[in-house]
Parts: sequence; structure tokens; C-alpha cells
Amino acid sequence: MFSSSHPPANTLVLRDLRDRIARIGRSDTGREPGRSVGLGVPAIDQALPAGGLALGALHEAAGAGPDTEQAAAATLFVAGILARLSGPVLWVVQQADLFAPGLAAVGLHPQRLVFAEAGKNVLPVMEEGLRHTTLASVVGEFSGRLSLIASRRLQLAAEQGGVMAVLLRRSHVFDDPALNEPSSAMTRWRVGVLPSTGGLARARWRLDLTRCRGGETGSWIVEACDATGHLTLDAAFSDGSDQGVHRRAG
Amino acid sequence: MPHLATDRIRASTGAPDDTPLVTASHDGRRRVLAAVDVTAFRLGLHPGMAVAQAQSLVPGLVIHAAALDDDAAALRRLAGWCLRYAPLVAPDPPDGVFIDVTGAAHLLGGESAVLHDVLGRLLAQNIGGRTAIADTPGAAHAAARFGSRDAMVIPVGGIATALADFPVAALRLDATPLRRLGIERVGQLTAMPRAPLVRRFGQHIATRLDQALGAVFEPIVPVFPPELIQARLTFIEPLLTAEAFSSVIGRLMRAVCTDLEETGQGARRLDLLFERVDGSVQTLRVGSARPSRDARHLARMFDERLERVDPGLGVEAMRLTVPHIDALAYAQTAVRLRDTDAREVDIAPLIDRLANRLGAARVYRVAPVESDVPERSVRRMPPIGSTDPGSWPANLPRPVRLLDPPQRVEAMALLPDHPPLAFVWRRVRHRVRHADGPERIAGEWWKRDGEMRSVRDYFQVEDEIGRRFWLFRRGDGQDGQTGDMSWYLHGFF
Repeated sequence: MFSSSHPPANTLVLRDLRDRIARIGRSDTGREPGRSVGLGVPAIDQALPAGGLALGALHEAAGAGPDTEQAAAATLFVAGILARLSGPVLWVVQQADLFAPGLAAVGLHPQRLVFAEAGKNVLPVMEEGLRHTTLASVVGEFSGRLSLIASRRLQLAAEQGGVMAVLLRRSHVFDDPALNEPSSAMTRWRVGVLPSTGGLARARWRLDLTRCRGGETGSWIVEACDATGHLTLDAAFSDGSDQGVHRRAG
Repeated sequence: MPHLATDRIRASTGAPDDTPLVTASHDGRRRVLAAVDVTAFRLGLHPGMAVAQAQSLVPGLVIHAAALDDDAAALRRLAGWCLRYAPLVAPDPPDGVFIDVTGAAHLLGGESAVLHDVLGRLLAQNIGGRTAIADTPGAAHAAARFGSRDAMVIPVGGIATALADFPVAALRLDATPLRRLGIERVGQLTAMPRAPLVRRFGQHIATRLDQALGAVFEPIVPVFPPELIQARLTFIEPLLTAEAFSSVIGRLMRAVCTDLEETGQGARRLDLLFERVDGSVQTLRVGSARPSRDARHLARMFDERLERVDPGLGVEAMRLTVPHIDALAYAQTAVRLRDTDAREVDIAPLIDRLANRLGAARVYRVAPVESDVPERSVRRMPPIGSTDPGSWPANLPRPVRLLDPPQRVEAMALLPDHPPLAFVWRRVRHRVRHADGPERIAGEWWKRDGEMRSVRDYFQVEDEIGRRFWLFRRGDGQDGQTGDMSWYLHGFF
């Protein structure tokens, strides 16, 4: 066992081991391993094995509670991350209820977006998009159960193309148990809303990292994306309680 | 096009429309009229009439020498032009063109629309014509020449009824021997017992009748203009499987793309023709948003559609043609000076594949529109092409999900001008903790009369658990003409 008195050495060893495991786990056709986009919050990025969301990988995001159906907070969370990537984004939707001005408000400009209304074919269309390495990311809005095979296909396509795949999962059922079924996604996020403390300036979200391959899960309270897609750790949360309280073993 | 020959002469000589114009050729030792124009036809002239007789009927008749070879060449060119409508086109000498619009008519808005489009475009070139659509080439031939209207659509299964009143000549037969028996109309011929008819006049009449009625399949021999870029492969053994087709597509595509590269062109539309053992031809057509000669990309678009091909007993030849090409400069692997520009170009293959899979209207970009009414502030546009760099005003709150149409909610507001204290949506009560507004949006009376005075007051509200909604009230809170004060939920933040 490593004791906590030598954190630097332990961290290095752990990082090395994780890298090796990651290299074993992924098929070796990816472009450049280890590329990632950070959330812009150091506390969260440190908890992720890639130092952020890995680019050539599948990530899931879903709303929580009454927002499970519209997943408005989760949508903004995803849009904020994409706003900090460069290059075109394919957004595959089942039905068109997305409002582009709202995406532009967190920095994801409409010029970068191509929408595809795929109806029931969201997953195949996403896979198609992931083969095109010129895209920065492919987002798919998906409701229903995701089979392990389907998620594995997306993960493989994302790895091969080096394109980030994001599944925005929606459901008519509040906190649908189907959203917690295992999948091949690298990370899985639940984005829940919290009451704001002072007026309507910036919304507060509860970010739950409920799955993280090669890392630990965790929960954070953040202030919602600003006009450039950046999150900020909630002041009260970072000052007061220790993060360890919110983190569970993965 | 009964007057194609004379229309052609008129176009090249610039003769005025109202003078009769005819062409003459030799039938044995007689000089007879070969083609007459509309004016001459009205004066009682018709093809086959002796020139001397025509001259006596119409003094000062302008007679041109018939150039049958040129006429045939013109018809072939015209057939090539008709490839714009469908992949299978054949000239029907001396004055017609067959277009197999199976599965292509809906692209132009229906069968009747196709016919009027053909007529309109011919007329623009000063060519008078008549058109018809039917289940069989024979019936269409008859209806175009003897039908009551310029653009006639014979419904599926209605051939026998439609043809019954046409003269026998409509069946592409020599009517003289039949007329001796008193048979004038197609209906009479259909009613005759078949065996004696064949015994007396030969198989020919029965075949023509069956071809028109659809009992016998009549393949049309498609025309391909010589300048058309194309490739064809024939097989010793008929092919049946999708894998085999796929590998042939790859070979054809490489050949075509090499040709395209030599001429500096890219394909915008490609037709793939499967020539079946039974003589019929199946076609696939794919389009590309930008000119392309990327063999792999184009081949994959066909591969995805192979399931729509019915190979029947087997396919003995495949032909790939490129009816629509555009200039495409040589590909250059340049240093990427501006990253975004390079990506812009590269995205086209993806767009093509998605558009071919989902339909072109389902793949789009959006662009801002200067409109105060939120649902009108977003415009869909084609995914490829210039995008204007405008954006929406950043200082106004806009939701990320929009309900279209807005949903009615029951809201409680203390004062007419205030945000609601609580509202009920889908039978769930939301208590408003924070609210921002109103943002007053006036109706666009220049778009619709009904919006002359209407007003919406928008509020961004947050409920007790932190969900944020976009609500609006119809009306300004004072004047009843501006709206009925009802509340609506329009979006989610």
C-alpha cells in the first residue's frame, strides 16, 4: 500500500500504471493517445485519468431528476465543452427541439454546427460521423436503452477516428434506471440543477461523475457554463467541505 | 415532337413563325414532304404528300431539303439532354424520346409536373412537343401522339381504357391492312380473337399490342451522349450478390474517376445501371453536394443503396455514367494556413453520405435571422456553402431547448406586470423563486396581420429545485387587444 506521505512518487507510479493499462485497453489504431479537453476546473480535471475528457472516446451525459427529459443542463454542459474545441461538430438529434441561440450563449457558435435529424437512426449516423476525422466531435441525442454492443461500437469508432463522441441521453422517466446500465463509455456524467443562491446570474449545477474508466467517480457543485463554455467551481463548495466527502471509490 | 425537323430549321434560319415551312425528300422517284410545321399542317399539308400537290395548295411554300441524318443526330442530342430527368432515356425515331421516369418523377414534384417541365423547357428552345406518361413505352408513345392533351398521364392499370379510342396507327403499326377489315380503333383490335389475327397479319401486330398493354416487356435501349463520362463492365456469369456488385462498383468508379481527373471535372450526379439477364434495367442515382472524384467516397454512396436493387435472375452488365459534372480543380495538399477553412472543405463527403441516408432536408446548419420573434430567429440552411458570421444578441437570455409550439401553463401572478408566483405545467406545480423580465417582444405585423398588436412578455424563471424555464404571457397586461393574458412555457435553460 502507498501511504499518503509521499504523494509525488505515488502519483508518478500511478500515472505510469494507468498509462500502461490505457494502452492495453485501447485498440492501437488511435491517432494520438492521451489528447483530451479539460473541463477548465482543475479539481475535476485532476480526477480524470486523461486530465480531461479524452478526445478519441465515448462520453455520456444525462440530466437528473425532472430535467431527465429535456436534459437542458446536460446539453449546456456538453455545449460548453465543445465550445472549447475547434472544428466542426455534428449534432445528431431525434427530433428538432434544440434552440441554437441557447447553444451560442455558451460559446458554441452555429457556424461550427451541422445538425442531422436521424429519428431512430441516431447511433448509426453517429458512427458514420465518427469516421470523419475532420470533425471535432459528434454529439448524439439518444433516448432508450443503450446496449453494450452499441456503446462499444461508438467507442471503437471514436478511438479509430480520434473524434470525441458524446451521447446525450434523454428519457421520459425521471432518473431512468436504464441510464445507469453499464456501457463502454469512458466517462458518464449526470448534470443536475441546484437552486441558485443569488438571483438568476449563473445557474448552479451538481456534476456527478458516475462512471470513469481508469479513474474514480466524484461529485462537484459548479457554476454553469459562461459565455465561453467555462465552468467554475462553486465558491462555497470549494472553500468549505473537503472534496473527499463527495468522492466515492470508483 | 411532331415538328422537330422544321422547328430545327426555323431556329437556324430565323424564318418568321407564320410562314409555312416544310422539308422534302424522295420516295422512290416522287418528291414528297418529309416534315411539315404547325402552320403548314393547318393549311392541310401532311408528311407523305407529293411536293407538287403541296405547292398547288400553298403558293409560295418554302421547301427545304430534308436532312434525315441531321434530324436523327438532333434527336440523339435531345435525348442526351433529357438525361436530366432520369437515367434511362432512348430516342424514339423519327420524332420522339422515351424517358423512363420510374422512381424519378417525385423529384420534380409528380408525374404531371415532369411533363409540364419538359414542355416548358422545349418551348424555351422553340420546339413544340407533346408528352405523356404511362406504364409502358408503347402506351406513352400512343398517348403522346394521339392523346387529347399536351401532357397526359395514364394512371396505373388504365392503359386499355385510355387506348381504346385511339386509331390503330397509335400502336406503331401500318394501319392500312387492318383498315380494310374495318378495324380503325385500338379497342376493336383488342376485342379480336388473337389466333386468326396473327395467322393473317403475322406476329408483329400482336407484339405491338402486347407491348402497349404491358403484357410483353419492351426494353428501351438507353442512349448515352458520346461526351458522357461512363464505364461499363460485362460479366460472363450473371451477378447476384451485393458483394459482387460492390466490387464491380469499385472498379467502375475508379475508371470514371480517372476520366474525371483527366478533364478536371468532378461528379455531381452519378447513375448506375444494372442490365439484367431479362433485358430490363435497374438504376440507382446518387448526388453529391460538391463536385467530387473521390472514388471511395462515391462508391460507398452506391454501396449503401444496393439493397434497393432487385437483381432478378442476375445482372449481366453494369454501367456507370456521370450525367452531371462540374469543374473541380486539382486537389492540392497545401499547408493549412487557416485550420477552419481546410475543415470546411473536408466535411463535404460526410454531408453527402448523411444526406443520401437521411434525406437532404434532414441535414442542415442554422443561421441567425434578424427577427424578434424567437421561433423565427433561426433559419435552416444547406450544410455546405457560405455561412454568414452573424450571431444572436448575446445579452438576451435564450433557452437551449425550445417547445414548438409553446405549451399553455396555468400561472398565478399577483400583478399584471409581474412574473408569476407559481405555475402548473404537466400537472406539476413549480414555485418561482427567482425571475427575470419582462422582455417585451412585439408581433411582426409586417409578416402576419394577426400580429398587428400582439405582444409577448417573456420571463426567465427558476423554480424551487433550480430548473430554469422560459415563460411568456400573451398581452402587455393592460390592453386586451394585445393578448388574452394567458401564460405559456416556451423553453428550458
